[in-house]
Amino acid sequence: MRPIIYQKANDTRAAMQALAAAAIGNGAPTESSVQPLAGGTTLIDLMKLDVMRPSTLVDITPLADSWSGIDPQNGNLRLGALARMSEVAAHPAIQRFYPVIAESLKLAASPQLRNMATLGGNVLQRTRCTYFRDVSYANCNKRNPGSGCAAMEGFNRMHAVLGTSDFCIASYPGDFAQALIALDAEVEITSKAGVRKMPFAELHKPPGDTPQIETVLEPGDLISAFAIDGRWPRSLYLKTRDRQSYEFALASAAVALDVRDGTVSDARVALGGVATIPWRAREAEALMKGQRFDDALAQRAAEAALAGAAARQHNAFKVDLGKRVVAHALQRAATMEI
Amino acid sequence: MTESPSSSNSSRKSSGFDRRAFMAGAAGAAVAVPLTARAAGDAAGAPTPRDASLPVNMMLRINGEDRPLSADARTTVLDALREHLGLTGSKKGCDHGQCGACTVLVDGRRVLSCLTLAIAAQGAEITTVEGLSQGDGLHPMQQAFIDQDAFQCGYCTPGQILSAIACVKEGHATRDEDIREYMSGNICRCAAYPNIVAAVKQAAPEIEKG
Repeated sequence: MRPIIYQKANDTRAAMQALAAAAIGNGAPTESSVQPLAGGTTLIDLMKLDVMRPSTLVDITPLADSWSGIDPQNGNLRLGALARMSEVAAHPAIQRFYPVIAESLKLAASPQLRNMATLGGNVLQRTRCTYFRDVSYANCNKRNPGSGCAAMEGFNRMHAVLGTSDFCIASYPGDFAQALIALDAEVEITSKAGVRKMPFAELHKPPGDTPQIETVLEPGDLISAFAIDGRWPRSLYLKTRDRQSYEFALASAAVALDVRDGTVSDARVALGGVATIPWRAREAEALMKGQRFDDALAQRAAEAALAGAAARQHNAFKVDLGKRVVAHALQRAATMEI
Repeated sequence: MTESPSSSNSSRKSSGFDRRAFMAGAAGAAVAVPLTARAAGDAAGAPTPRDASLPVNMMLRINGEDRPLSADARTTVLDALREHLGLTGSKKGCDHGQCGACTVLVDGRRVLSCLTLAIAAQGAEITTVEGLSQGDGLHPMQQAFIDQDAFQCGYCTPGQILSAIACVKEGHATRDEDIREYMSGNICRCAAYPNIVAAVKQAAPEIEKG
């Protein structure tokens, strides 16, 4: 790892001031020489790999005093960005009213990593593409813009089939973001200019021709909270992977249903493991609304969710697997006892 | 360093020479505190240009003892323990947060010391495998790992034991399937997994008793 300067930000103002140096220049925030440090589970790992090369880390963990609340209120959930994954997953109100959130967190990483990683850092977790993580490969458009993509003709079994471009097929590795995007979450961003909010669905940017730009965040921005309107007790997260535990998704689905007298009044479907960004399957949702729920409907929704998939040499299996995961998740959600 | 780095390992018989004491002593002897070291964690405001290559004076609280050291800001807790403080119980497996061999408790929560910066862990209570035994008596989880033959080569064992203690305290050790799920962050290349589950089950009631 390269040498670093470490600074501890004892409050928001100090953090903003320390991160202001990051705002100089107009590169992607991930390329900035000044990086915020929270759980560190992505950042320290990528610094050891020499993929990320900041010269200064600004430790924002003291901000947890005001940024780590888990507040279910009366059906308007607010989650502080510095809440730890393990704390949110274990919260009784989250488990009861937002099982898709609790499960997406519990099925991610390991207990140790969940004790360290924060929600804000988790949604910004960077791809596990082996060509991105291994700097001995020169051609990675995400790490080295304009250099090409080694994964296109390389070993791409773990790569995305949705939201890909000619420049990048790296899959988004997280789980929690799928729950957020399915439930129409809002993300709150704090910067030197103040606090702003936007739909979580607008946070991540598909790779397009600039895969090095992963979100709409500007250098110096910090995610401070997430908010969700309403409760979703009929929701779950289904994750398939090569191992039963402690592994990234091959295909996963965050689903939420509102079924009244057998008819779907609202449906939410988001996909993980198969897409370049947290992926909302709006076609699948639209197709289900107002219909009587049955296995055939779940199957049609699954087909719609993966209709736009484009596979490469080793990852075609993700198209069928993704469909089965979506259909099965919807069937399970429809029969949940709540 | 005036104190023997292995002195906190009170359960170890001190008679004669052993390899572990030699290794730990050799690691500890390499520590010197340069006069150029700067104070840590003092900057709450704007960045001031400083030389990142200079060591920083830190104080870590490990197994109930304050342990000063001087190291690069990039030094992880794992490297601080092993390379600066002579506490080689915590093991370096992957060094990337994938294997769990470096698991320690920080304020009672299990974390990966290879992904935790030492400078950021100041002020927290760090517990390593060296801090588990009371006098000559092993911690119930250590004893259970011996009783159940829960290791072969032993390299992952310190991390397994710390993780297992936390697993019990979190309330995740009541069913075999929970133990398997909540111990999944600790990889055992010898595949002693069934015996590890048995060890966690054996020690759980005693740990829960307090």
